[in-house]
Amino acid sequence: MPRASIFLIRTALLNLALGALIGGLLLADKGLHRWGWLWALRPGHVYIMLLGWTVQFACGVAIWILPRRDAEGGRGAMWPVWVLYGTLNSSVLLATLYAPCLGWFGAERIVWMLPLAALLAVTGIGAFLGHAWRRVRPFGVMTTKRNA
Amino acid sequence: MYRQARIYIKTAFIQLAISVILGAILLTNTGLTINPYLSLLVPVYYHLLMAGWATQLIGGVALWMFPPLSRERPRGDERFGWVAYAALNGGLLLRAVAEPLHAIRPQLWTSWALVISAILQAGAIWLLVMALWPRVKGRTEVGRS
Repeated sequence: MPRASIFLIRTALLNLALGALIGGLLLADKGLHRWGWLWALRPGHVYIMLLGWTVQFACGVAIWILPRRDAEGGRGAMWPVWVLYGTLNSSVLLATLYAPCLGWFGAERIVWMLPLAALLAVTGIGAFLGHAWRRVRPFGVMTTKRNA
Repeated sequence: MYRQARIYIKTAFIQLAISVILGAILLTNTGLTINPYLSLLVPVYYHLLMAGWATQLIGGVALWMFPPLSRERPRGDERFGWVAYAALNGGLLLRAVAEPLHAIRPQLWTSWALVISAILQAGAIWLLVMALWPRVKGRTEVGRS
């Protein structure tokens, strides 16, 4: 498993654990009605589970397991994968913190957070597609460096 | 594919079938308003789909396909996986019963059922993460474990 996949998959697992903790606290609060402030984290729970966990995990596994680019076993340029890692996790962080920050700073001062989170997510997925697109092909169809 | 992974994946398929049927009922109810109480099942639907189907399927495939931990114990301690399986599905089942009932008429037992369901689901996910974490590694690390 390449280093980038290890980072993506382990960060996805951390997101899963964090998302489950927030979700568990929210569900418990439905019964106990003790922590009303927690509901500011509900949009973050959804975003963590969809992008931070599911999408990030799928991308990490795809980078590991898709057919290699060439007969030497290379996976191609890995910098787009690191762009994905940085932008996707920044996006999840911004989108998760937006609702709690509303109460602290007011909507006017953090109006940039969600558009930036959206831009980062789109950039990350674009970088992932740039890396992975050409690796989606039948097994055995490989190119050497000479005829690549 | 070994037994634990098969059971995870087949249970995920069952949860997918249940979620799709539930989703179809909810969609029909949105259009025809058969029973307004049915909309209380929306959170259950989302969690059956995302936790019961997607996460459980991913967990099963990862337990099966991730690099082996070592030659002696390729899958590590399988008990983490079994307890996670029981807690996740038990927690989801409890939630599916208690959440709509609590929304209609909150009672002491439904409150505590939601708390227990929350502990079971979150605990299951943490155990699954603990089972998978050491197996997320490069090829070179296999010999050292």
